[in-house]
Amino acid sequence: MSAETTTPASDSVTGYDVDHPAPVIEPPRARTRKTPRSTRTNFEMYGWLFMRLSGVLLVVLVLGHLLIQLVLDGGVTKIGFAFVAGRWASPFWQTWDLIMLWLATLHGANGLRTIINDYAERDNTRLWLKALLYTAAGFTIVLGTLVIFTFDPNIR
Amino acid sequence: MPAGTLYRGREGMWSWVAHRVTGVLIFFFLFVHVLDTSLVRVSPEAYDKVVATYKNPVVNLMEYGLVAAILFHALNGLRVIAVDFWSKGPKYQRQMLWAVVGIWVVLMAGAFYPVLQHTLRELFGS
Repeated sequence: MSAETTTPASDSVTGYDVDHPAPVIEPPRARTRKTPRSTRTNFEMYGWLFMRLSGVLLVVLVLGHLLIQLVLDGGVTKIGFAFVAGRWASPFWQTWDLIMLWLATLHGANGLRTIINDYAERDNTRLWLKALLYTAAGFTIVLGTLVIFTFDPNIR
Repeated sequence: MPAGTLYRGREGMWSWVAHRVTGVLIFFFLFVHVLDTSLVRVSPEAYDKVVATYKNPVVNLMEYGLVAAILFHALNGLRVIAVDFWSKGPKYQRQMLWAVVGIWVVLMAGAFYPVLQHTLRELFGS
């Protein structure tokens, strides 16, 4: 149980004084000349806002869609080509489905982007997972939009 | 006794986990759903054939699970919005989660017969 005494650090120990100042260390998060300009946007804030705005709309659009498709009028029993043709004869339901398709895909893609950023630690893994995600989301939006706009009830 | 170092999140953490899990499930279904719907551009027969899969009892039960995931994600999403934009949201986040769970249970009970009626009729007759 020896009582150790420590000498308080003084300028004579560190070697810095008015004529020999300590080197300036950049704060880790400070923006420097090397910070890419592309990070100087509010992209993440707009993404956050989009999730909430699209979320509110999707509650109405998706729950309405589920009600019509899976709950009312016999549930899944009545679904078939004729049922789809009947619904898409109306521009109202075409527009409903189109907005729902776009919002749901973008909302889901942004959610998955967040999850990839959270769990994929290697830069390359993130890059490839996001490339796959954006490809799938783009494909879904393009295909779905084409199907709604080119639907032909008299295809056969 | 010192408290453990493992983070045992309560309602806040578990609702966050459930929101992620349901969100991922719904997104994957969306992808499949757009693909199956696009068969209306192939032929009525091709579309009706894939829709027949949705009428299979096991898949019908999965639709009930999809409704469960979507209802939770929707209700909890509204709670997240309330936490973010309502000044008292953070204070009542726990109570709001139990409200979400309560409404979810009621809606799921109400959706049980309508969503599964196809299977129930097939198994037990009409």
